[in-house]
Amino acid sequence: MPTENVNKCLHCGLCVGSCPNNAIFLNEVRLEFNDDCTECGLCSRICPVGALTPGRK
Amino acid sequence: MDAEYDVVVVGAGPGGSSAAKFAALGGAKTLLIEKRQEIGTHVRCGEGLARDLLVQAEIPLDRTWIAAEMDGARIISPGGKKFEVDESRAGNEVGYVIERDLFDRALAALAGEAGAHIEVKTSATGVIKENGKIVGLKLIHKGEPKEVRCKIIIGADGYESQVGRWAGIDTTIADTDIMTCVQYRLTNIDIDPKYTEFYAGSAAPGGYIWVFPKNKNTANVGIGLGAHIVKHGGQPKEFLDRWIAKQPGMKNARQLDMVAGGCSINAPLDSVVCDNVMLVGDAARIIDPMTGGGIAHACLSGRDAGKVAAEAIKAGDYSKEFFQKYEKAWRSALEEKLFRNWMAKEKVQKLSDETFDTLIGLLTEVGMENISVFNILKAIREKAPELVKEFEDLL
Repeated sequence: MPTENVNKCLHCGLCVGSCPNNAIFLNEVRLEFNDDCTECGLCSRICPVGALTPGRK
Repeated sequence: MDAEYDVVVVGAGPGGSSAAKFAALGGAKTLLIEKRQEIGTHVRCGEGLARDLLVQAEIPLDRTWIAAEMDGARIISPGGKKFEVDESRAGNEVGYVIERDLFDRALAALAGEAGAHIEVKTSATGVIKENGKIVGLKLIHKGEPKEVRCKIIIGADGYESQVGRWAGIDTTIADTDIMTCVQYRLTNIDIDPKYTEFYAGSAAPGGYIWVFPKNKNTANVGIGLGAHIVKHGGQPKEFLDRWIAKQPGMKNARQLDMVAGGCSINAPLDSVVCDNVMLVGDAARIIDPMTGGGIAHACLSGRDAGKVAAEAIKAGDYSKEFFQKYEKAWRSALEEKLFRNWMAKEKVQKLSDETFDTLIGLLTEVGMENISVFNILKAIREKAPELVKEFEDLL
């Protein structure tokens, strides 16, 4: 699963709404990833501020 | 907060508050929930609102949330060619630059006045299903788990909508239909305070840079990039920083805030309803794919969903079939234009800087009475048919 740099994240929800597997949840404070994550890498690539590092497959 | 409502609206943005208002006005017992502790903040928005859409969506004009009134819009090509549209002739995204936090609060207040109950710091965490039917929502209400039962859920939970996904409505979009955006509020800059500006071309691949004035020396300066084009995280910010650094008028810029966000620029979805659930605004992906504008679209679709929800309660019918009334209402107002603009967007994303220069140069020469994607293409076809060959099917 990707890891969130909480110091960079602006809690904008782009990754949440873009995730094809609905594997990300934003609770206003931090992101939570669930087991539906397929490590597709989309969220890390399109994060506007570079706050997500892809996980390893 | 009661244990049972006719209608629960998830999300107190413009779409949710409009839906709650019209559901309550129609006599439905309505609850509007907002996960944040304050309605309206933080603002993730360029804050441009077109005057004609304001009227179309029946948003009552209120001076308290108008930051600045625009005289027009200006589209600027990579080579510096400028195409100006004055307000009276611009079909879209010209009119007002607003204060979204105040706007959202004003709309929520109208929902409250109409009789809707409002709860902040209350997030939905899932739907309650019984025998395959949606009968309510699981909530975290001011930190405590709670359940609320209802007949209809209106999902107004924005770009990151969960309601639709929980209910089984397919709102997935491809990365070609996603914009990844960053915006700064900059002050101490040299701008034309009466014009919104849009910068096209390779400064913002697959998207554009916007400068929306808030007052004489302050503006929302933002960028949206096509998500299929970005190579790595953080690129929107890098592109925006690079562009700002090149603007002579922004040498002494000071940042007042920074926001990011996602924006869907897809063709209208096949369906935004299912039994017991309707989606509105960003949650339903109802956004202009050309501009990324969605405030008025949310108000309009929210209004229509709210009205239909109230009718459904009276009729005792909360089925997908009944909700086709809502589908018809918002689609007859918006669908054709959204689809046309999506087709145009698909092509505009592929234009080179040289083509942008030629196109925008041509438009400046031609001028036009009524600005729309359609009219722009038509005007270009007369001057340079080879440029719009690709767009022939739109004409």
